Amino acid sequence: MRQLSRRAALALGASGAAATFIGLPDSVSAAAKEAADQIAKFTGGKTAEKSKVSIELPEIAENGNTVPLSVSVDAPMVGDNYVSEILVVADGNPNPGVATFRFSPLSGKAEASTRIRLAATQNIIAVAKTSKGELFTNQKLVKVTIGGCGG
Amino acid sequence: MITRREILHVGVAAAALAAGDGIFARALAQQRLTETELLKFDTLGNVTVLHVADIHGQLMPVYFREPSVNLGVGEARGQPPHITGRDFLKRFGIPEKSASAYALTDQDFAALAKSYGRIGGLDRLATVVKRVRAERGEDKVLFLDGGDTWQGSLGSNRSKGQDMVDCMALLKPDAMTGHWEFTYGEARVKELIKGLGFPFLALNIRDTEWNEPAFEPMKMFEKGGIKIAVLGQAFPYTPVANPRWMMPKWSFGIREEDVRANVEKARKGGAQLIVLLSHNGFDVDRKLAARVPGIDVILTSHTHDALPEAVKVGSTLLVASGCHGKFVSRLDLDVQNGAVKGFRYKLIPLFADAIRPDAEMTAAIARVRAPYAKDLGREVGRADSLLYRRGNFNGTFDDLICAALLKERDAEIALSPGFRWGTSVLPGQPITIEDIHNATAITYPQVYRTSMTGERLKEVLEDVADNLFNPDPYYQQGGDMVRCGGLGYAIDISKPVGQRISAMTYLKSGKAIESKKEYVVAGWASVNEGTEGPPVWDLVERYIAAEKTVRVAPNSSVKISGV
Repeated sequence: MRQLSRRAALALGASGAAATFIGLPDSVSAAAKEAADQIAKFTGGKTAEKSKVSIELPEIAENGNTVPLSVSVDAPMVGDNYVSEILVVADGNPNPGVATFRFSPLSGKAEASTRIRLAATQNIIAVAKTSKGELFTNQKLVKVTIGGCGG
Repeated sequence: MITRREILHVGVAAAALAAGDGIFARALAQQRLTETELLKFDTLGNVTVLHVADIHGQLMPVYFREPSVNLGVGEARGQPPHITGRDFLKRFGIPEKSASAYALTDQDFAALAKSYGRIGGLDRLATVVKRVRAERGEDKVLFLDGGDTWQGSLGSNRSKGQDMVDCMALLKPDAMTGHWEFTYGEARVKELIKGLGFPFLALNIRDTEWNEPAFEPMKMFEKGGIKIAVLGQAFPYTPVANPRWMMPKWSFGIREEDVRANVEKARKGGAQLIVLLSHNGFDVDRKLAARVPGIDVILTSHTHDALPEAVKVGSTLLVASGCHGKFVSRLDLDVQNGAVKGFRYKLIPLFADAIRPDAEMTAAIARVRAPYAKDLGREVGRADSLLYRRGNFNGTFDDLICAALLKERDAEIALSPGFRWGTSVLPGQPITIEDIHNATAITYPQVYRTSMTGERLKEVLEDVADNLFNPDPYYQQGGDMVRCGGLGYAIDISKPVGQRISAMTYLKSGKAIESKKEYVVAGWASVNEGTEGPPVWDLVERYIAAEKTVRVAPNSSVKISGV
C-alpha cells in the first residue's frame, strides 16, 4: 500500500474547493477586472506585500482542465499570529474565483493543494491574510498551449 | 593548458582543400585528424565527467548540418548557443573550412562533408570512453547520458528502444535521463529501465494521481575520492510537446523548487560536487543556474547545441555536447573541500575516419541492425541538393516532407513539426529508407488530413512561435518553428504572443490567407489520441520514389524580423 502523504491528503480534501467553470469570458479584461474586484474585496482595498507566498504551478499546463496548484505562506502559525485565509484567483477565467482556504493556528502550516481549470494562458494570484491583518501576495503565469511541436 | 585553438588547429591545413581534388583533400584531412590529436587532453584535478546527449537512435556515423538560424530572445539574444555560421567561427576563433568549422557550423557543409566525412557512431564513442577511462583511471570517470537516446531511427522505433539500450549497455553509463524515451509509453519505459543496470534519473516527474515523485531523483557516486551527486531532470514539457496520452500517469514540469530541494538534500548528504544531468534545454538551464544556487555543473541537452567552450553562470558550469552522437564532452574538475577550484573542458568531435571503431561495439551494432538491414539500405531516390533539418524556421528535409504531404494527401497546406533531430543527406547521395526514418521515426507518425480556418492556422503559428520565442525561457519548449508547406508568413520574434505572425500567404495563389476560410491541411506528429492516417515515412518514400531525384530550392517563404 502506498502511504498517503499529508500533501496528497490535502489535495484530495481541497479539490472540492475548486470552482467549476462553464462558458467563455466576454473578454480577458472583464475577467481581469472581476479578479481585481475579488482581491479588493478580500483585502479591503489595501495593498498586499509581494512576499511570503509561494505558488507551485507549472509554467506550461499539461492539461488546462486539471492543473495542480499548491499554495503556501511562510509565516508564523501560533496563538494570535497566524495566516487566517488565502484567496486564489485566476485572472483569465470566466469566473476568476478559484478558492478561499481558511486556517487556524492548529493548521500548523498555511498550505493547501488543489487542482484548477484554466481556460487560457493567465495569471494565478494568491493573497494571504493574517490574524493581525497583514496581507501578502504572489502570482504566477501559467501558459495553456495548443502543443505538439517540441523537441 | 589546452587552449581552444590547440584543439581546433587540426583542420587548418585542410582550409584550401574544398575546391581541390576530393580524394586528395579527404586523405590530407584525415592525415591531420588523428585519434590521438582529437583526444589530446591535459588532465586536470581529481574527477573527469564524460557527457553525451541527444543521440537520437544514431548508432552509425552521420552527416548532420548544424543550424544557420538559431535565434535567441530576451537575455539569450546574441549569446551562445544563439550564434551561428561565421559569427560562431569568429566568436570561438575557429578557422574557416577547418574540421571544427565543419563539425560545429553550417558553413560550406556539403563541400566539407566530402573532405572530413561522417561524424559519430557508437563504436567511435566506445573507443573514446574506454580510452579516457583507461588513461584517467576508471575510478575517476563519470559517464552520463542526457537522454533522447532511444528514439530517432528505424531500428530504435521498430525495436522500441531496444537497439540503443543494448548498445549503450556496453558503454556502462553511470546514469541517464530522458525525453523521447517516454513516447514508448509507461509500460515499455519501465521495462527498459528495469534492464538498464544503471539509474534513470528524473527528479521532475511525479505521478498524476498522488503528485509524488515517480522516478529516482538523484544518485550519489564516489569518483576520485569525491562524493558526487548526480541529479536527473527529464524534458519538462514532454506531455505538452509529445502526446500526453502516451504517459497519462506522469506529470513533468521544470519544478525549480524540487531542483532546489534536491540540491540541498545532496549537500546535506555530503556531496562535494553537484551535477545536474538535464534535458531542460540550454536557455532553461541558463536561467535555472542563475536562480538555484549550489549546482556545480549542468550537463545541458534537448536544444542540440554544440559549444566548444563551457559557459559559466555564476559559479555553475554549463556544458552543451551537441547531438546525434557527433560529440562527447570531457570535463575535468579539480574539486577541493566541496568546491570546484579549476576545470578544463573539451568538446570532442568523433570524426569517424580518424577514430578507430571499437570492435565489440561494431559487432553489437551490426547485430541490432541485422534484422532491418534490407530496409535500411534500400535506395528510394537521389538527392540533388543538400537535405537537412535544423534551423529555427525551415530546413530542406522538412520542405521535402511538406511537398510529399501536399501531394500525397492532396492538401493546400502542410505542417511538419519543428523537431531538431534528423540527419543530413549530401547532394549526389542516394536517399535511403534509413535516411527517411532518421527524419520521421516516431511512435505517432500518422499523417492527418483536416480543414482549418485561416484564424486557426494563425493560432497554431502563434502558439508554436511563443514556445520558441517567449522571452522567459521557462515558457519555451525547445523545438523549432512548425514547418509550413504551401503557406508563407512574416514573423517578428520580438513581439508578444498573438502579435508575432503576419502576412500569412497561400503560396499557390499568392493571396492572403483569409481568417474565416477553410483550408485543407495535412500534417503529422499530432499529439491528439486517435489521429488517423498513413505513416509519414510511407508518404515520403512514395513521393521520393516518384520524383526519383530531389532538388529542394532555397525557402524564402518566411520573412523574419525583430532579431
